[in-house]
Amino acid sequence: MPVFGYLAIPKPGAIETLRTELSTMPYCDVIPAENRDVIVLVTDTPDDTTERDLQEKLKSLSALQSLSMTFGHNDEQQPE
Amino acid sequence: MNFDRRSFIKAAAATSAIATAGSLFPGVTFAGWTGQEGASGMVSWKKTPCRFCGTGCGVLVGVSEGRAVAVKGDPNCSVNKGLCCVKGYHSIQALYGKDRLTTAKVRRNGEMVEVPISEALDIIAEKIQETIKNHGKDSVAMYGSGQWTIPDGYVASKLFKGCLSTNNVEANARLCMSSAVTGFMTSFGIDEPMGCYEDIDNANVFITWGNNMAEMHPVLFSRMLATRKRRKNVEIIDFATRVTRTSQAADKSILFRPQTDLAVANAICHEIIRNDWVNWEFVNKHVSFHKGKTNIGYGLEDNFAFTDKAEDMSFEEFKTFLEDYSPEEVERLSGVSARDIKYMAALYGDPAKKVTSFWCMGMNQHTRGTWINNLVYNIHLLVGKISTPGNSPFSLTGQPSACGTVREVGTLTHALPHGVVMNEHDRQMAEEIWELPAGSIDPKPTYHTVEMFRALDRGDIRFMWIQVTNPMVTMPKLKRYRDGSLKEDRFIVVSDVYPTPTTDVADVILPAAMWIEQEGMYGNSERRTQHFEQILQPPGEAMSDTWQIIEVARRLGYEKQFPWSEDEYIGRIWEEYRRFHSGPKHEMAPYTVLQQRSGVQWPFVNGKETRWRFNAKHDPACSNGEDFHFYGQDDNRAWIWARPYEPAAESPDSEYNFWLNTGRVIEHWHTGSMTRRVPVLHNAMPSAYAELNPEDAADLGVVNGEMVKITSRRGSIAIPASIKGRGVPPRGMVFVPFFDESYLINEVTLDAFCPISKQPDYKKCAVKVEKA
Repeated sequence: MPVFGYLAIPKPGAIETLRTELSTMPYCDVIPAENRDVIVLVTDTPDDTTERDLQEKLKSLSALQSLSMTFGHNDEQQPE
Repeated sequence: MNFDRRSFIKAAAATSAIATAGSLFPGVTFAGWTGQEGASGMVSWKKTPCRFCGTGCGVLVGVSEGRAVAVKGDPNCSVNKGLCCVKGYHSIQALYGKDRLTTAKVRRNGEMVEVPISEALDIIAEKIQETIKNHGKDSVAMYGSGQWTIPDGYVASKLFKGCLSTNNVEANARLCMSSAVTGFMTSFGIDEPMGCYEDIDNANVFITWGNNMAEMHPVLFSRMLATRKRRKNVEIIDFATRVTRTSQAADKSILFRPQTDLAVANAICHEIIRNDWVNWEFVNKHVSFHKGKTNIGYGLEDNFAFTDKAEDMSFEEFKTFLEDYSPEEVERLSGVSARDIKYMAALYGDPAKKVTSFWCMGMNQHTRGTWINNLVYNIHLLVGKISTPGNSPFSLTGQPSACGTVREVGTLTHALPHGVVMNEHDRQMAEEIWELPAGSIDPKPTYHTVEMFRALDRGDIRFMWIQVTNPMVTMPKLKRYRDGSLKEDRFIVVSDVYPTPTTDVADVILPAAMWIEQEGMYGNSERRTQHFEQILQPPGEAMSDTWQIIEVARRLGYEKQFPWSEDEYIGRIWEEYRRFHSGPKHEMAPYTVLQQRSGVQWPFVNGKETRWRFNAKHDPACSNGEDFHFYGQDDNRAWIWARPYEPAAESPDSEYNFWLNTGRVIEHWHTGSMTRRVPVLHNAMPSAYAELNPEDAADLGVVNGEMVKITSRRGSIAIPASIKGRGVPPRGMVFVPFFDESYLINEVTLDAFCPISKQPDYKKCAVKVEKA
């Protein structure tokens, strides 16, 4: 059950589009900044497969300029 | 409000992102964020330095129900101002790997069996006594770490040097920063940087000497980039042997052939003098000129010994020495164009520019590591760009307490908490503070790290206790030292938090408390001592390294020297240790002050920290009435050294035709024993690789991910190739990171070292590369 925290930076002029897109995606909590074009995104997916699918969808967002991970947690996953 | 553990983790994720946003976008606000407000009573935030490099970032660890569940940068810590790197943000997950060592183990009939830790400690004490009785006091040794807390190193030194009268105490910091120490000692007569991280906010020019800061000190690198973004007149020059992320972010990337940094540094001095960019007022008042021995060897033989001898020289003699290093001559040797050499010289020589030079392993892991440290100081001293905000020759450390524990406590064979074992006054001070009979401390150093492991192989050392480090991955020419540790009649004790290749060779394994599972202090790269309280309970029978040593010391009969109770021992040890540094040159902050602040820089005199040493405006030890006072040397001057270019111990030839360069990656801490157990970090960088130049790869017929065989005169490994990855070496060089115990690159490396610092050179040896 992975949880990740990100900073999402929109393309110029696309902050509202990005906010809307992220807000409507499952497993995503969005906290937009009041005074800068940056969005905090927290994802909480039930398993690794869903997580991978979500990451693919995030990468394909047209309004997204960059996504920087700042936190990651996964109770289940441990490397061998 | 139903604030369960999962909700808390999500809140922590948001907090980390918001903290990062605050660092990147000053003044940013998030009105929709209520943060941890609803979690009142469920979480507490505790300050601590990060344990995953020498930068000393302050972090706040969120604890819920006795478990660390979140990390955020500490906005009150001047080091990082709320920012962390990827290792810092994931640091707490390293506490919770599934295979944490929680019980002691003892080898019986070839098998490791679990025993109560008290029984293991009994066995260790008995073995120390038996070994000393049969083989003498210098047959037992302690090998520690720059990840030791200050109390860990202090009690280790007190037990072994004081009580057991053996100077067989070394630490892995010998492998990472001893050239920096001897550089400081020979140039300034006193150890540790004169500057501080505020230099980053004030400089116009940054020159990174063989230093991939973008990966190894990412928070400081971010601060440097922020300075460049904030001001127009800032540039970054990356001077390196391969292209890295630092090169990509720099304004200019200059590549030099391995080992020729010595010649380039001299050529820069040549140009500064030729153009009369010398700051004569500074040089005439504060600098003297010297030369030492040359053709000094590489330490490849057992029992290698070398002592340098300084001779005075004049400025004119120094200028004559530099005649061999014209930019045009050095271009032929180094591959650096005369134009680029002159460009760097002009940056250092321009009186309107403030210049900070950064270095780390590239200059320190060098068979002439002391010399290249001297040479960069030479440049700064000639132009008087030192000890003032923004003008700083700055040696960065890799480990959280290489400075605090190894350099300041003195956990190297020759050192004491104050001074050296060779000095009678320093020995007397230690014997008095440690309440030991006069003459307890042996005046003769024994073995530096490489020689200590050679002594283990030879049988001169029979017992070794290894704490907080993983030498069976990190020792150069590894096979000899692994085989040595496995010989009959050798007894190895390993204290660690996870199984490693070093615990594989152990006769006793002690489970250790990790980081915030104990109270302690670290000392970072800028003379900052950072206290952390015990935030968590260690798992099972895991015990702090300090307390392990105290338990063994008491079993050996030294209750008088180790009288403290478990609830107060760190504070008591600190206050005892502070006595060694009393005085304006190195006064340390009291325990109560350390508890309150996110780090305190020494000298700490009359409640004030010291930002720039040797500068009379800042440093309380300056007493000569001038603007600067280099009080470490007997002549009260900083020393410029004539140090020549000499080749590496081993260079490519027709058979072994590649340079091998080794190093680190941003995701992993050292040998990966902790960070490889953090899923996000492991998945981001799951295995080591051999970085090849694309043209070399094409010549070899190797594509990305294909296995290559790297062979030296010591051994060989097969490892996947990386082509056009995050770094690109020049033709004729292969780079391999050492974090992955599945690919032990040190089977291949050479155990040559700087004859002055005794620090091995992990950056240069000759190998051949073939398609596997």
